[in-house]
Formats: sequence, C-alpha cells, structure tokens
Amino acid sequence: MKPGRIKQILLLTDGCSNHGEDPVVVAALARNQGITVNVIGVLDDRQNGKPQGLEEVESIAEAGGGVSQIVYQKSLSQTVQMVTRQAMTQTIQGVVNKELQEILGKNQTIEELPPEQRGEVVEVVDELGESSDLEVLVLVDTSASMHHKLPTVKEALFDLSLSLNARSGSNQFSVYAFPDPKKTITKMVDWTPELGEIHGIFSKLNSGGYTPTGPALKEAVYAFAGKPLMERMRNEEDPYEETGF
Amino acid sequence: MKKQVFDLSPGSRITGKWNGRTYTTIKKLGAGACGTVFLCRSEQGDTYALKVGEDSSRMMLEVNMLKKFSKVQGVKLGPSFVDVDDWINPSGRSFPFYVMEYVDGTPLPEFLKGKTKDWVGIFAIQLLTDLENLHHAGYVFGDLKTENLLISSSRVRWIDVGGVTAIGRAIKEYTEFYDRGYWNLGSRKAEATYDLFAVTMIMMEMGYPKRFDKGSHPYKTLESKLASSSVLKPYRRIIQQCWKGKIQNAADMKRALSDILMKRSGTNSSRVQKRRSAKESENRELATLTLTAGVVFGVSVLSFFL
Repeated sequence: MKPGRIKQILLLTDGCSNHGEDPVVVAALARNQGITVNVIGVLDDRQNGKPQGLEEVESIAEAGGGVSQIVYQKSLSQTVQMVTRQAMTQTIQGVVNKELQEILGKNQTIEELPPEQRGEVVEVVDELGESSDLEVLVLVDTSASMHHKLPTVKEALFDLSLSLNARSGSNQFSVYAFPDPKKTITKMVDWTPELGEIHGIFSKLNSGGYTPTGPALKEAVYAFAGKPLMERMRNEEDPYEETGF
Repeated sequence: MKKQVFDLSPGSRITGKWNGRTYTTIKKLGAGACGTVFLCRSEQGDTYALKVGEDSSRMMLEVNMLKKFSKVQGVKLGPSFVDVDDWINPSGRSFPFYVMEYVDGTPLPEFLKGKTKDWVGIFAIQLLTDLENLHHAGYVFGDLKTENLLISSSRVRWIDVGGVTAIGRAIKEYTEFYDRGYWNLGSRKAEATYDLFAVTMIMMEMGYPKRFDKGSHPYKTLESKLASSSVLKPYRRIIQQCWKGKIQNAADMKRALSDILMKRSGTNSSRVQKRRSAKESENRELATLTLTAGVVFGVSVLSFFL
C-alpha cells in the first residue's frame, strides 16, 4: 500500500458557536471532502468542572470523522499531538478496513480479525502512520475569552510540529484565526513544513463578541481547496481522496 | 477518546474468545493510558498480569513489542508474553486483553527512600545496561519514566513496553518531564540519546521527587535545579554532558557513571575505615580504664577486709 496524504482541520476553541451556520453540518461537509475535523476545547487552568457549550466540541468532531478532547491549558501540548496522531490512525484504519472488507467480505474490521492476523495488520497501519504525508490546517478561536490562552496555543503548535516532524512522512501546516470582521477567518501562517518560526503570531487580533465557528470552518475547507493548482493536481491521484473519511 | 476504567471485582472470570483460556482476577494493579492491569490466576494456578483495554490496535502493538522483547539476545528486557485474546463482557461487548508475566517489585522512589547517593548511580547503571541491549537490537524505550520501572530482587525491571519504538521512527508516547522535546533539547526521533536524556531526568527526579515544570527558560530551569540538589552533586557533570549531547550511547554513560562510583566508594570506604579504627582505639581505652578501675576497686575492697 502506498502511503497517501491525510488532511485534517484542527479546531481550537473554548466555547460555543453563536453565529452563522451550524458547525456540525459544516464538519460533515468537510468529511465528505476527505478532510477530517478534530476539535480541542481549551479550559482555563482555574476553571472547575465542565463549562457550558463545550458539548459542541464532541459533536463537531464526530460529524467531521475526527477526535475531540477537552483539556486544561497545561496539557494542551500533549493533547494536540495525541489528537492529531489518533485521528491519523483512525483515517488509516478506515482505509485499511475498507480494503479488508473488499477482501474478506462485509463487516470485517481490524478488531474482528484473530489476534495473529490483527497483529500483522496493526503493524501496517503503524507503518503508514509513520510514512504518510500529512496536512493540518489549524483553526484557532481568538475571541476575547481565548486571548490569554494564545501563548499556550502557540507553544502547543510548536510542539505539534516537533512531534510530527520526527516522522518520515512529510508535513504541511497552516494556521488560521477567527473571527475576522471582513473575511471570517484570517490567515496567520501559510502552508509550511515547520511551525517553528511563529513568533508574533496572534499579535494583531481584532475580535468581536461573537463566535462564528460554522462559517470559519467552512472557510477553512475552502482554504484547503484553494491550495495552489499544482498541489491540487497532485492530490487528484491521492488514494485517500475518495475514501470519504 | 474516553478513558474507560475497568472495575472488575476480585474473582471475575475473563475467558478468551479465540484461545478459550480463562483467567480469574485477584486484584487491580493499576490503570494506564490504554487499559487496566489486573493480577490474575490462570486455570493452571499460575499468577500473571492481565491488561484489558479498548483500543484494540494499540493493545496489539504492545503485544507485538512484548513478543519481541520478552527476549532480546537471551537478555530479558520486558515481562514475558503469555497470551492475547478478546473478552466478551456480560453485556456482550468485546474487549481486547493480553496476559504477561507478573513482575512483583517495589516502585523506584520507594526503593530509593533512605538509600545513599550511590544508589542513584547504581540504579542508573543497571538501567543503562538494559538500554544498551535494547539499542543494539535497534529500538529505543521511548516512554522511560519511574512509573514504568520496578525494582525486583535488587534489579530494575521494565513493566510497560508500550513506548518502545524502532530507531529512526517518531516517538509516539512520552511523558513531558522525561521528554527532551519538552525541554527544547532535541527532537522526538527515536535515537539512543532520547533514552539517555530520560535517564538523566529519572536521576533528577531522585533529587526532586515531585518533579518540576520547565518555566519560561527550560534549560536554565534544568541547570539551576541540578546545581541545587545535593543528591545529584556527584553526577552533575555527567548529566550536563548528556544534556549537551556529548554522551552519545548507553555504554559511554555507564562507563562515566561507574568511574564516579568507584572513586566515591573508594574515598568513602577509607573514611569509614578511619572512623572504625578510631572507634576501636576508643574501645580499647575504655576497656583499659574499666580494668584499672576494677583492679583499684578490688584492691580497696581487699584492703577494707584486711
């Protein structure tokens, strides 16, 4: 099996969307385009219990075929890399399961194989996770309540790049922030293989009192599609493109 | 991503769907990132550790590692592998589980309580000996931390090989305190030096059992913590060399550590000897004094009767 290109949107937010279309619907749409949507809900370190509005975090990821997690700021770095990796594995497993079903018949998944064969298949999945090319578009909620969390977010993104660049597969990252009064989302970092040099990111922010998560997600999907023509042409031969994950 | 904790009461029976073997739980040993470990008894009456979880793929990768590392070139690195299967619970859900050797031992911090500084070094040397074997086999341990280590009959044992990674690949499982990436001191690529860094942090933990955060200047934090710990004083130079990437493999670090220990125990023993001889001469004096006093007393008693 040839390692393919895996596409993910990573949404970092701390609250409930309150403007524009339903982000859950948009996430489902992204999934149809072969883009997985992962969501991380970022809590204040002092916050107690589960705050309101964060149930949405789970629903968006579920619709987007991705992984969700709600965490305190201090464990953000480790969570960001874990969620990204887990979603990658899920995508690959989805593809492998599909192949298995073609060979062994309906409803056959990795989990249902006898331990011996399962052991061999998970090695293949693991190998693909190491060598697949990955594109992550990070979408950061920069509304007022997120402001003081942004230094942690920046650190977590640097850490994500460190983790993923230890793999043999190539990586592409881009960072967008929302809300933006004119374009819904603002490009902070264009596609780059490393998120090392992101000083000054999030320094010029203008935020209103609303959180248009749905429209922002939609723009993010467009941002994926709007990659340079050459890139798109290469992607057309992508085996993951048609899997619907 | 929800973490399920399996609360199986003692005496629960877990039967494998494929191999048909049954294990009876005795008690819960602990809960890890991807499963819960129980002490259990097989039908033959042997005790083992049994791990039950949800993420079948991850559990299977661990089994693959266990199988590989039950024995590397005749050296036992992890617990021995016993069985792998799926368990259908009473409500009909399937959970993967595997069975391995039960390593009975003492957690490292507990073991080192009340022990001398030398033990930090001795223990690190043991750890490095095993790491040397593992690295030669083409793997790094990855998630090396005190929770994954036990001291069993004065020997360090690894109880969780879930983080073992082929050299050259990306480290997937790590704990920030022991991870050089977290401290800005290197990549997360599986290299021998990745494990060596974790060894230095395990040593640091001996000086700071509660661990510490990196702060805004990670390297400065490390340096100042190292400088202000008396337990770590003898090892300061080696640890620093390791952080600066001057020690490249387990064998070199082991050699450097044993040099220190030999030197230290040398000076120590001479000091002890000196102290002992001082005490002996004291005793002799005391004996002489008692004897003289006794004689004087005897003479005086005698003279009283006379």
